[in-house]
Amino acid sequence: MRGTGRTFLVGLGVVVAGVLLASLRVNPYLYFAGYVILQYIVIATAWNILGGYAGYVNFGTPAFFAMGAYTAVYLIQSMRAPLPVLILGGGLVSALLGLGIGYLTLRLRGVFFSIATLALSIVLQTMIINWEYVGGSRGLSVIRPSSPPFGNYVTFLFTVMVLLAVIAVTAARFIERSWVGRGLAALRDNEEAAECMGVPTLRLKLFATTVSGFLLGVAGAPFPYYVTFVEPNSAFNLDYAVNALAMPMIGGTTSWVGPVIGAVLLGSAQQLATVTISSEMNLFIVGVVLVAFVVLAPEGILGLVRRLRSR
Amino acid sequence: MFAWDLLANAIVAGLLLGGVYAAVSLGVSVIFGLLDIANIAQPAFLILGAYAAYVMYSTFGLDPILAGVLFTPVFYLVGAGVYRVYYGSFERRGEESLRGLVFFFGILFIIEVSLSIKFGVDYRVAQPGYVGKSIELGGIGIAYRLLVPCLVGLAMTLALYLFLARTFYGRAIMAVSQDRLALRLMGANPVKIKTVAFGIGIAAASLAGALLITITPVIPSTDRDYIGRMFAITVLGGMGSIGGTLVAAIILGIAESLMSTFFGPSWAQAVSFGVLLAALAIRPAGLFGR
Repeated sequence: MRGTGRTFLVGLGVVVAGVLLASLRVNPYLYFAGYVILQYIVIATAWNILGGYAGYVNFGTPAFFAMGAYTAVYLIQSMRAPLPVLILGGGLVSALLGLGIGYLTLRLRGVFFSIATLALSIVLQTMIINWEYVGGSRGLSVIRPSSPPFGNYVTFLFTVMVLLAVIAVTAARFIERSWVGRGLAALRDNEEAAECMGVPTLRLKLFATTVSGFLLGVAGAPFPYYVTFVEPNSAFNLDYAVNALAMPMIGGTTSWVGPVIGAVLLGSAQQLATVTISSEMNLFIVGVVLVAFVVLAPEGILGLVRRLRSR
Repeated sequence: MFAWDLLANAIVAGLLLGGVYAAVSLGVSVIFGLLDIANIAQPAFLILGAYAAYVMYSTFGLDPILAGVLFTPVFYLVGAGVYRVYYGSFERRGEESLRGLVFFFGILFIIEVSLSIKFGVDYRVAQPGYVGKSIELGGIGIAYRLLVPCLVGLAMTLALYLFLARTFYGRAIMAVSQDRLALRLMGANPVKIKTVAFGIGIAAASLAGALLITITPVIPSTDRDYIGRMFAITVLGGMGSIGGTLVAAIILGIAESLMSTFFGPSWAQAVSFGVLLAALAIRPAGLFGR
């Protein structure tokens, strides 16, 4: 139990550091940028639980993220629910969606699963576009609550994201080191063989898709308060799909550290590129870096480090 | 009262659209259906082809479809090159599934973003001389804007069908999809044949792009709409069956046309993905599956 205690302390330390950072009130842009990077840590970690551990490539990240965001919009519209309720609600709806795609894996493996998730994302986007209550295609302005518990609203959201990132990474680390993680690794390498050895593959896959969906929804739930204007094209943005798989691929998919490294590096690079060059250029960079990494360093940065060490 | 003429017009428009969709999906049928390579980047090559035709049309006044034909050798070479990289980096090492998929997704993204850096996000359309003319058949208008691309699409489908069924390379492509080892034992090089097939698939997509830009305005992110259409048609058509691709394309064309006539264009997009999800869940082998 010593390991768990230490993890808890490290996590607590990160959260405290986040709160301190938030109370510093440096340039407000830094909190904006920091929020996005933290959000990507959650997204990349969540994607990796299914994509990296279980080997099912999910192209539908925007669907889960947007379900979290739109559940939040619905809860704000109907009852002005407080932020923790939004996060929990968004997470639960996306977890249900995750459970659904988990059952899809019964029939669809490999490429077909990936295409189906992409299809899911487009179908859901069409439904949201035609649902006027949450803004339809025109979008909807969301008014932030007048007074956050501390600081101003941006620093408050920043702190919330720090907490969510810590939760996501801790969950991923826990899964990776438990029998669940080993079972997922077994089915990633050979699903039939794992099934024959008595690994409960369906239950494990359902667990992975549900947890992954939950965390993606959680990442999306504070989004309406962050941008204050939600419309389908930004919530269902394909950039989330690309980043969600690029970040773990760049960092390394087999360990919980990989997505964090990838999200911090690629997320910061994108924020820098957006400010200094243009937002389109930053997407171009993501694409090129992604292709370069899968071709030249398929194990990601972690793989490169491991290779250097073993020399 | 039910609007019968509206229905008839929608069905005819859907049929014409189906011819173009068949052309759009031929490349996926070859690359994904026959070679079993999950080339998610295919719709990006479609849009790249559309922009190539657009540039020739707007700078030299060349007919966009003719420009598309002229560009096919270039895209063939691009396709062959992409396959070589894919083969060297993934297929040879037996890592094609997960990383190969990510590779193509990255290429899709690079092409889309490059196009929006170069051309911006304005809608582009090519309108050669025959656009705007139409023939009238018993109260149903058939626009040349749709008819010409549809006929070219049908010609492409027929040509590919004959190529696969009658020529040495065509038969070798069919063979490589069935048994790579047996093909090697017969003295043919599977990598070379797959390179040819991949090049043809990309060239077909580029020509289909030229058809596309004559019937509908295109922006760089249009490729996303066609991911669903292409794969829905290929899966529904039975993965690599050219005849099946044509039938599935026409079904999808009519379904979309009806949907946008009676429920509004914003729902048309969901048709292809709905069909895809249903096909995958109920009958993954498609209508004409092997």
